[in-house]
Amino acid sequence: MAEGSKDQGGTGTTDPEEDSPNMIVYRKIEDIVTRIQDEKAGGVAIRTVKSFLSKIPSVVSGADIVQWLMKNLSVEDPAEAIHLGSLIAAHGYIFPISDHVLTLKDDGTLYRFQSPYFWPSNCWEPENTDYAIYLCKRTMQNKARLELADYEAENLARLQRAFARKWEFIFMQAEAQVKIDRKKDKAERKILDSQERAFWDVHRPVPGCVNTTEMDIRKCRREKNPHRVKKSVYGVPDDGQSQPSPVHISSQPARKPTKEDVQKEITFLNIQLDRHCMKVSKVADSLMSYTEQFMEYDPFVSAIEPSNPWINDDTNFWDLEASRDPSQQRVKKWGFSLEEALKDPAGRDQFLKFLESEFSSENLRFWLAVQDLKRRPLQEVSSRAQEIWQEFLAEGAPSSINLDSHSYERTSQNLKDPGRYSYEDAQEHIFKLMKSDSYARFLRSNIYQDLLLARKKQPADTEQGRRTSLEKFTRSVGKSLTGKRLTGLMQSS
Amino acid sequence: MCDQTFMAATFGPCDNCSKASPLMNIYIKTEAINYCSFCMEMMACQGLQKGETLVSLKRESDTLKKKLEEERAKLNDVELHQVAEKVEVLGALPIKTRRVLKGHGNKVLCMDWCKDKRRLVSSSQDGKVIVWDAFTLNKEHGVTMPCTWVMACAYAPSGCAVACGGLDNKCSVIPLSLDRNENLAAKKKSVAMHTNYVSGCTFTNSDNQLLTSSGDGSCALWDVESGQLLQSFHGHTADVLSLDLAPSETGNTFVSGGCDKKANVWDMRSGQNIQSFESHDSDINCVKYYPSGDAFASASDDATCRFFDLRADREVAVYQKDSIIFGATTVDFSLSGRLLFAGYNDYTINVWDVLKGTRASCLFGHENRISRVRVSPDGTALCSAAWDNTLRIWA
Repeated sequence: MAEGSKDQGGTGTTDPEEDSPNMIVYRKIEDIVTRIQDEKAGGVAIRTVKSFLSKIPSVVSGADIVQWLMKNLSVEDPAEAIHLGSLIAAHGYIFPISDHVLTLKDDGTLYRFQSPYFWPSNCWEPENTDYAIYLCKRTMQNKARLELADYEAENLARLQRAFARKWEFIFMQAEAQVKIDRKKDKAERKILDSQERAFWDVHRPVPGCVNTTEMDIRKCRREKNPHRVKKSVYGVPDDGQSQPSPVHISSQPARKPTKEDVQKEITFLNIQLDRHCMKVSKVADSLMSYTEQFMEYDPFVSAIEPSNPWINDDTNFWDLEASRDPSQQRVKKWGFSLEEALKDPAGRDQFLKFLESEFSSENLRFWLAVQDLKRRPLQEVSSRAQEIWQEFLAEGAPSSINLDSHSYERTSQNLKDPGRYSYEDAQEHIFKLMKSDSYARFLRSNIYQDLLLARKKQPADTEQGRRTSLEKFTRSVGKSLTGKRLTGLMQSS
Repeated sequence: MCDQTFMAATFGPCDNCSKASPLMNIYIKTEAINYCSFCMEMMACQGLQKGETLVSLKRESDTLKKKLEEERAKLNDVELHQVAEKVEVLGALPIKTRRVLKGHGNKVLCMDWCKDKRRLVSSSQDGKVIVWDAFTLNKEHGVTMPCTWVMACAYAPSGCAVACGGLDNKCSVIPLSLDRNENLAAKKKSVAMHTNYVSGCTFTNSDNQLLTSSGDGSCALWDVESGQLLQSFHGHTADVLSLDLAPSETGNTFVSGGCDKKANVWDMRSGQNIQSFESHDSDINCVKYYPSGDAFASASDDATCRFFDLRADREVAVYQKDSIIFGATTVDFSLSGRLLFAGYNDYTINVWDVLKGTRASCLFGHENRISRVRVSPDGTALCSAAWDNTLRIWA
């Protein structure tokens, strides 16, 4: 990846995994800026530009950078290239020579490349003492271009108050820095000053700008050396008062795998080898047909009737769905699979209604009861499991279901120590039964077909049918899911 | 649900300890045995082969890994995007920001939709958890947690409670009172206890169980009422950053992803790791199931998102571009599974065509890293949460 830049990078070139969490991105950006600067290999021309009475050394135009990014990173949209370039700038790898705000513009604005010494990959975490020295130094130099911006002047004032006791020390350091700087060549100084400023623009950004040095706290723990002495930009020795950064929580050293671990791994691998898998071609077909089947229901891909509430600011779509009978489109979904039918509370209701008309609703009611069992608080599980046994499986049970003897045996064994999953076997068996038998008949039934084809309802099929307590339960569950109960309560309070 | 993706095919008394549990049906030489997961592990540890050294075991493990790779490669007869060539190309996607939710004082780290398709809960680095009616932009509830960096939050299926957790190593459940004046923080109940930060949480299909993932490398299933640990899931060798429950009504599995670059599929009943996928080059920040439950997608610091199919037991697509160099932090599918929304550390959301593998759109608007994207329950909108302290609704 970034082989060349590693040599220029100075410190912090160890295994990227174990360093700053942003290291992966830094290496990629470094690869890019190295390539951009390599004129012979298709990079941009870095040149000295004449401006009024002076020369501006070592600059490149924003437009050139944007062009390069579009060409070399296969970016079709200039806006995307500008965005990427702005991020590269925000992280401190390129900067506009006359602005503190680190963004890229697609025009003649002039940019310079940051010195590898100041690259973020060197894990800089500059202290306020360094920043104070820097601002102080700036005020000592009588140059228009080095005048402090408003926010910098405010920062300086704040730091003077905070470091009141050691200001003499800071002042001395600043003076020393100015002396060192004076010895350098004029053009070199222009470049170094600008790079130094860009460095501080990253670590002490203009108010309102993103601080790109912020890290995801979940990843900070893994830093290799959390208690390392932070190096100073101006060689100020650590006086021991700097606090270790609060994000450096001590991380557990990675456990070396034991014999047991590897044995477990071997068992796992053997199991995987025994697994029967499908070919990608078959799987691809399955994924495609699932997606294509549901695309007409997907608001991001197909238009929905009457309109998307978020776009048109009206809740018609939701109101319609909650009030009337389910739409034909929704009923159609129930025909995709038994799963889809059961997923929709209205589908569950109708399927149950159909089964009741055939006097065979015990299977579905059993399935629903087991689903409910799995969702109960731990305390209630045991008693509920017994209740289910009494209702559906015990000798002379009121809603006796038909299980094969093997499942029956297993289930009754499980009930000796009743748990959430005591009925897994039985539930699966019953589901398969419904799928192969009653579900198919349901899809052919009048109850379903009437809804699918939106035929007018006959008086006999209206809401005054028999209702079981479980059906009331599924109805009320359905209602709460559409939030009606909650909003209803709110309105009444 | 395809039976072939599961490990445990039966539930009943174990051949070894006679306890009733989900059973793994394997063969030792030619003998069929049905052991529960605990006995299985005891057997594995006591050694099918006695007297092996760590080195020889590692060698055996490596040989098996190679063999597994070869076997799986045989099934890789075509690429998904090749098969998808016959699928119609998507038209332009006119997705725009429709709402901006302002109110958090610091980075928004997580959000979750309510089943009512318009409310959502969000949590932030400043310790605040806010429940919004995203449609009206109304803030309905606000709770201040005692700890900063609330990295995980979830809405209960009933809509009557939310769960949240983070640097406090806990996950708490807060019932949502209808009384505006009531102090919700007082009713907060600690449910999950981990030994490191809580990175993700979700209710299983009811308000009574909570599934959590943690920086301590484990996932856990909890009974909300008693706070009891129902099942723990061990196998990751580093922080677990994300988890997602399988969408099936009949399934009992979930997938997790972590800093060990692995995505693991777990059986909730036994705590067993059923399948494992390792093809990312860096931390997996987020995992999310495809709507049918047969596949899932992942987002990683290596700047790619990947698509894994459970039946083929392999990665079937990689979503990447030369110009995308920043890590992907979050993913979610549109309702049909045709689109994959992915949030990145470059402040953008890329919309991928799942089948064709190409980028369908790019959503600009946030001014800092995206921490979370979630499609609403009826698929009508996408919510994104970011480090710029705001949430956006896109449609």
